[in-house]
Amino acid sequence: MSNYNIQEMIQKNKSNKGAGFEKLIPVILLIITSISVLATIGILYTLISQSLEFFNRESFVQFFTSATWQPYSSEPEFGIWALVMGTLKVVVIATIFAVPIGLGAAIYLSEYASERAKKIIKPILEVLAGIPTVVYGFFAINFVTPFLQSLYSGISLYNAVSAGLVVGIMIIPMIASLSEDAMSSVPNSTREGSLGLGATKLETTFKVVLPAAISGIIASVVLAVSRAIGETMIVSIAAGSTPNASLDITSSLQTMTGFIVQITSGDAAYGSSLYFSLFAVGMTLFLFTFVMNIISQWVSKRFREEY
Amino acid sequence: MANIKEKNTITKPVDNTTLEETTQGEKKTEIIREPIFKTNNFNLWYGDNHALQDINLTFNKNEISAIIGPSGCGKSTFVKSLNRMVELVPVVRTEGEILYRDQDIFEKKFTVEELRTKVGMVFQKPNPFPKSIYDNVAYGPRVHGIRKKKVLDEVVEKSLCDAAIWDEVKDRLHENALGLSGGQQQRICIARALATEPDVILMDEPTSALDPISTTKVEDLMQQLKKDYSIVVVTHNMQQAARVSDTTAFFYQGYVVEHDETKVIFENPRDQRTEDYVSGRFG
Ligand SMILES: Nc1ncnc2c1ncn2[C@@H]1O[C@H](COP(=O)(O)OP(=O)(O)O)[C@@H](O)[C@H]1O
Ligand SMILES: [Mg+2]
Repeated sequence: MSNYNIQEMIQKNKSNKGAGFEKLIPVILLIITSISVLATIGILYTLISQSLEFFNRESFVQFFTSATWQPYSSEPEFGIWALVMGTLKVVVIATIFAVPIGLGAAIYLSEYASERAKKIIKPILEVLAGIPTVVYGFFAINFVTPFLQSLYSGISLYNAVSAGLVVGIMIIPMIASLSEDAMSSVPNSTREGSLGLGATKLETTFKVVLPAAISGIIASVVLAVSRAIGETMIVSIAAGSTPNASLDITSSLQTMTGFIVQITSGDAAYGSSLYFSLFAVGMTLFLFTFVMNIISQWVSKRFREEY
Repeated sequence: MANIKEKNTITKPVDNTTLEETTQGEKKTEIIREPIFKTNNFNLWYGDNHALQDINLTFNKNEISAIIGPSGCGKSTFVKSLNRMVELVPVVRTEGEILYRDQDIFEKKFTVEELRTKVGMVFQKPNPFPKSIYDNVAYGPRVHGIRKKKVLDEVVEKSLCDAAIWDEVKDRLHENALGLSGGQQQRICIARALATEPDVILMDEPTSALDPISTTKVEDLMQQLKKDYSIVVVTHNMQQAARVSDTTAFFYQGYVVEHDETKVIFENPRDQRTEDYVSGRFG
């Protein structure tokens, strides 16, 4: 027997702990959690109320049907499609560029790369994901645009291709890394099942691993597209500030985010239609990312595979 | 304990001899035995771990060849060598020959895909693809270029029938195979292996994850399949080996201690270690 009475010591320490503090913990945690919930509600409230104010002044129908965005003119016209088209052009180019490359990288990392190669490449991807977007914008206007112009002189300084490609580069790591996670979580026994039937590695990858990981892959793409829709700095620097709904990808345009940056950093008088239009555009932008979010949740529920 | 390390292998040559099969003590039937797999001084290393040492075994056509032994003795490694699945482990190195129908499977002109199309495998843990039952079974034929729906329908039905699971799943062929019970999943995996009409089926402890009723079903199934296929089955259930197999090889610490008719291994083994193992004195 030891010289100490452990049970006695435990009892003594227990009484010192203070049961009151223990009871306070959930309350404190609830308050902390509420902060983020309240912030979200506050932002949504502002967006909605100010947007309503905008629609009090300007035509609701015009906003959603017109493709002309001329907020400064003496007869201002607020047709959101001009800005939506700008956003879509950049997003579509970015997606077309980033999805094959991101998926290719994911396939390589998950199915082909040695542990060593993986150890080197994954951190590089993470660094790429950590570069501030202003640096990407800088890269677009100083390197990508001149390079594109050297290929085809019809491209103007501000254009959708350069911005789209660089937004694409920005979202590649996200697609690659999340898709790689999804593919790596497919158990090896599933691959062995396929290889054991005489399928090649490539057949196994495309016919078994990709379908099994499809929900994670789609979710990664949806998330990356949301990111591209909300991307601001690159498009502000490289896409221009000319709202238009044309399909031309070689000339200047403006995205929803680009417009918001331009006006908030400029001179919108408080209480003017221009000022309130910010909130209507913000609301539209929010709807876009909200829908993407819903899609992503639906997809991961719909295609989830249980092992 | 000293002699347990000693590597004296007793293997009676079981190829090209005759098996005297006594049916209820009546008349003796003679069956010509034709070897399907033969290994010559086969050795395998995982890095520095010499996992298989000088394996010389012969398995015959239309027989069930059982491999028994304590865990870690190299049973899985050996059976995965027969279809070269073991090479998926990057540090694996092999030496010696494995002849499949007299052809060395490590020869360049023989691709692993060809080999695995001939030598199918059923794994320890049921591993159906996260696809429908139909797509699971049709997977092999499809990978090998069979596209016609009529052919696939027929192959799927036949394979599921042969795997004794058709009646249980015929009304839900397009449901996800992962929704089935473990025993059903394992029979789907057997059906999937049968669908490419292989020559040999390797089974690595196919019933160890199953309940007793499913186990009995799979064992009965193996007896049925023996008519058309040659089966190599790893088991660490001794009763199972005794019940289903024609020959049994006892592996111990990476080498074959004894290989003989199952009856001999279980009733009259030559090596003390075999006797100790089959009588349950160690394992
Ligand atoms: N993937 C692997 N990498 C390294 N060593 C392995 C691997 N698989 C098995 N081994 C080793 O090979 C030996 C035999 O293992 P295994 O064939 O799985 O035995 P059994 O199936 O009889 O239980 C063991 O010593 C084990 O540690
Ligand atoms: Mg094993």
